[in-house]
Amino acid sequence: MPESKPFQDLAKWATKAPEGEKLISTAYRDKVSADLEFVEHTPGVHKPDPILVANNVTRKFGGMTAVDVKHFEIERHGITALIGPNGAGKTTFFNLMTGFDTPNTGDWRFDGHDMAHVQPEKVARMGMVRTFQLTKVMSRLTVLDNMLLGAPVQPGEGMFRSLIPGLWRKQEKANTEKAEALLERFLLIKKKDDFAGSLSGGQRKLLEMARALMSDPQLVMLDEPMAGVNPALKQSLLEHIMSLREEGTTVLFVEHDINMVRHIADWVTVMAEGRIVAEGQPKSVMEDPAVIDAYLGANANIDLGDDSVLGLKESEEQR
Amino acid sequence: MDFLTIISNTLGELIAPTTAAYVLAAIGLNIHFGMTGLMNMGQAGFMLLGAYGFAITQSMGANLFASVCAAVALAVIYALLLGIPTLKLGPDYLAMVTLAAAEIIRIIGRSTAMTKITGGSAGISPQDFTTQFEGTSPLPNGSTTFLLWTYNNNIANSWWLRLVAWVLVAIAALLCWRWFHSPWGRVLKGIREDENAIRSLGKNVTTYKMQALILGGIFGAFGGIIFVLPRSVQPDSLGRAVTFYTWTILLLGGAATIFGPILGSCLLWVLLTFVKEIMRGAIPDTLISSNQVEALGWVIVGVALMCLVIFRPQGLLGDRKELAFNA
Repeated sequence: MPESKPFQDLAKWATKAPEGEKLISTAYRDKVSADLEFVEHTPGVHKPDPILVANNVTRKFGGMTAVDVKHFEIERHGITALIGPNGAGKTTFFNLMTGFDTPNTGDWRFDGHDMAHVQPEKVARMGMVRTFQLTKVMSRLTVLDNMLLGAPVQPGEGMFRSLIPGLWRKQEKANTEKAEALLERFLLIKKKDDFAGSLSGGQRKLLEMARALMSDPQLVMLDEPMAGVNPALKQSLLEHIMSLREEGTTVLFVEHDINMVRHIADWVTVMAEGRIVAEGQPKSVMEDPAVIDAYLGANANIDLGDDSVLGLKESEEQR
Repeated sequence: MDFLTIISNTLGELIAPTTAAYVLAAIGLNIHFGMTGLMNMGQAGFMLLGAYGFAITQSMGANLFASVCAAVALAVIYALLLGIPTLKLGPDYLAMVTLAAAEIIRIIGRSTAMTKITGGSAGISPQDFTTQFEGTSPLPNGSTTFLLWTYNNNIANSWWLRLVAWVLVAIAALLCWRWFHSPWGRVLKGIREDENAIRSLGKNVTTYKMQALILGGIFGAFGGIIFVLPRSVQPDSLGRAVTFYTWTILLLGGAATIFGPILGSCLLWVLLTFVKEIMRGAIPDTLISSNQVEALGWVIVGVALMCLVIFRPQGLLGDRKELAFNA
């Protein structure tokens, strides 16, 4: 099983897998669900095999405490969803974990390495790669160039070595092959020579995710990967995320689409007002009264666009 | 009105050492701004330091190679001093700091306290620093006429200087072309587009920006050396105006292009000379004096540039598509 380099066979996989065929292996999924089955559903619970462990992480903006996480663990090879109302501190927590923001207190370890005060670029090189809620693509570079920037190894990125193409052409070719395989998988291959600025919002999300995968990360942190993506594409994105797990990548994602969370997450962590208020397997968390109060609302299972619901609201207003 | 004189004076600007000096400075600025998005508002500072580094060591009797090294070293140190405190901040801070720092260098250079080293506001006269450069010339003594132009072979504003200057420009353009199309250049362009995205992909943004600042500064220093060789080192001749001319050249030719700085510099100086020569020839001295012609020339060129910026904002060689997505 590809433990250390989860994507080493990606190119092969992407070109050989027949159209529409799903991954057969469920090894990691089975392992993770077996591991998590007996974990208690309490906030800040310890997990059998954590890849990220955070302790007492707080971040204050003036008098407001944006993040106050006592203890938080992410199970290795699992798909963990981070949900919570707007302003709960999810994105701030992402920023803290990846070095884009500095906490007031706290420490966290990634795969055994102390990560407090580590620069964002080093965090990325250690295998913890993130995407942004407001997508960040390099607009005036082509889609392929955007992808190639995600490649972890390219000797030509040195100032002097870049002058001698012989030193980097081979690596560039390998990187391009990998990038094209990923673009194919994310349905962007036709756009590869267009400027990234010409992509739609949803395509940018895809590009950002594909770019993050260029470095074979151990942990990808996706900030609202589904926002602005059409339903058909959402389905294939879900499959991508699930296949990531089977390739050995751990996924942490923030999402407001509860159905998606229910569908793919192995574990759900709920944040509200900077704190972790609930944790557990998707089904049980969704029934937790604290979660319903803080986030889901009483109508979580009802389609709010449904005529009967609209009628209900109108009749309430008339009264 | 003698048309041949006007034409030969005007076209002489095409190959003038000063034009080449501005090309080198603009190539440096292109690495800063066009590739990396760094707002360097003090390219003249790099040029002046380069000129001082070269001329002072020459007047002390160092050999030519050592003097060029000194100029480059000064530019590198200056870039480090500017970059370490400001590159982590936003682009506007770098603009302010470079603008101020270039002025500081000029004012220190011209201060009376520095007269022994820099010659104060009078500067360093050519015989103190150009003899060695002129001595390296393989050309015979005397002067040569080529097409329309007659210049001395070796002395002052010479053919030898033109040759060296344009060979330097060719080398600089070649290096730039190489860098623009390399993975290193791609990272710089990525930084121009979105710093944090590049950071999240594991690249050390501050190091790349520093490399760009130093590299562009070195080209600026070479530009400074070429700039002072046909005249003298005068701190006031490398003031703010030079920085703004350099920006004009870059934007005129097109930022983030290889030939933009070359085209921009040639065009600006040819155009300016042409307008001035025509006015000198066509308008009687009683109506507009020669001093006024100097100023009016800039006014006319300025209006032309404004039109260019309005109707072709990407510069002459720029890619319109690149600008279309400028959010």
